[in-house]
Amino acid sequence: MNPGGDVIVTKLDDLLNWARLSSLWPLSFGIACCAIEMMGSMASTYDLDRLGVFPRPSARQADVIIIAGTVTFKMAERIKRLYEQMPEPKYVISMGSCSNCGGPYWQHGYHVVKGVDRVIPVDIYVQGCPPRPEALIGGILELQKKITGESI
Amino acid sequence: MGEVEQISEFGKILIFLITGFVLVGLTFFLSKLIAPNNPNPEKLTSYECGEEPEGSSWIQFNPKFYVIALIFLLFDVEMVFVFPWATVFGNHDLIKAEPLWGWFSLIEMFIFIGILILGLVYVWVKGDLDWIKAKPIIPTVDTNIPQSLYDKVNQQQSAYKVKAFTLETVFESKQPVTAGATATSVETANPAPAMRFKPSFKKPANE
Repeated sequence: MNPGGDVIVTKLDDLLNWARLSSLWPLSFGIACCAIEMMGSMASTYDLDRLGVFPRPSARQADVIIIAGTVTFKMAERIKRLYEQMPEPKYVISMGSCSNCGGPYWQHGYHVVKGVDRVIPVDIYVQGCPPRPEALIGGILELQKKITGESI
Repeated sequence: MGEVEQISEFGKILIFLITGFVLVGLTFFLSKLIAPNNPNPEKLTSYECGEEPEGSSWIQFNPKFYVIALIFLLFDVEMVFVFPWATVFGNHDLIKAEPLWGWFSLIEMFIFIGILILGLVYVWVKGDLDWIKAKPIIPTVDTNIPQSLYDKVNQQQSAYKVKAFTLETVFESKQPVTAGATATSVETANPAPAMRFKPSFKKPANE
């Protein structure tokens, strides 16, 4: 491809990435106590809406799924199905120790998936038990950085 | 403004329509061009909040809703006619030209609304506005437990009384033995044992 074409593709990439990272709509989906922190970060004090993060009630409209809580095997099927039902491009934020690695149920939790990344591909891990809203905001900023580097 | 206009008022509306169609079409074409498209059977199923969809989505509605919707539509459309009528009803120019205009238009509107009200009366008399309430059928179960037992439970629960709150008894019960003997309610009985089980470190003096 000639240099002029590269410029066009790069500019289109920039435009698309900018559009995608400026309106990361998460699926309004909370499993456990991390969801309370997620709700807190979406409420007025932390106001995730200023980053373009606005929860959607349907997987069809969502760009990102925030796994906020303990993933049991029973829930893992549903998470897998919801993830599959989201349209591309789709991102996953794993929020909290439970969904990162099983958390306190790492050793003896017979019912807990040891990390949601064993079910669906995770883009960003947010540490904490539960993470503070600042940590979740940090995770979303990291995801935005990650999207910046994407190409068609 | 003396020039002849190139385009009529309807032509302007046509341009608006064409612009709308072109813009919407362009957006759809762009999203078709840019959006990734990789469907799989899981993605193409119905969204049921993550559950496996089952059964038919053709559910039955009470036909009552249809009648109500129809009557609503009737009077909704009536409003559409009444609003433009209201703008010309008291028009001074028209009344100057024909003094009886106001009365004619008023009577005309009353006739129009009267016909519609006749329809409402018809629907009312036919009983279409009466909402049929569901009659719950309590299933009979073949057990030896008599109905009177349930009645007894219901009576006991409905006989609940709110106890009057008095600060006096709580304070009195902090006094030792005599108040504890007179206290009958739960609130007054509680503080007296609380005195006995006061948390303390094990010291020889407390033993």
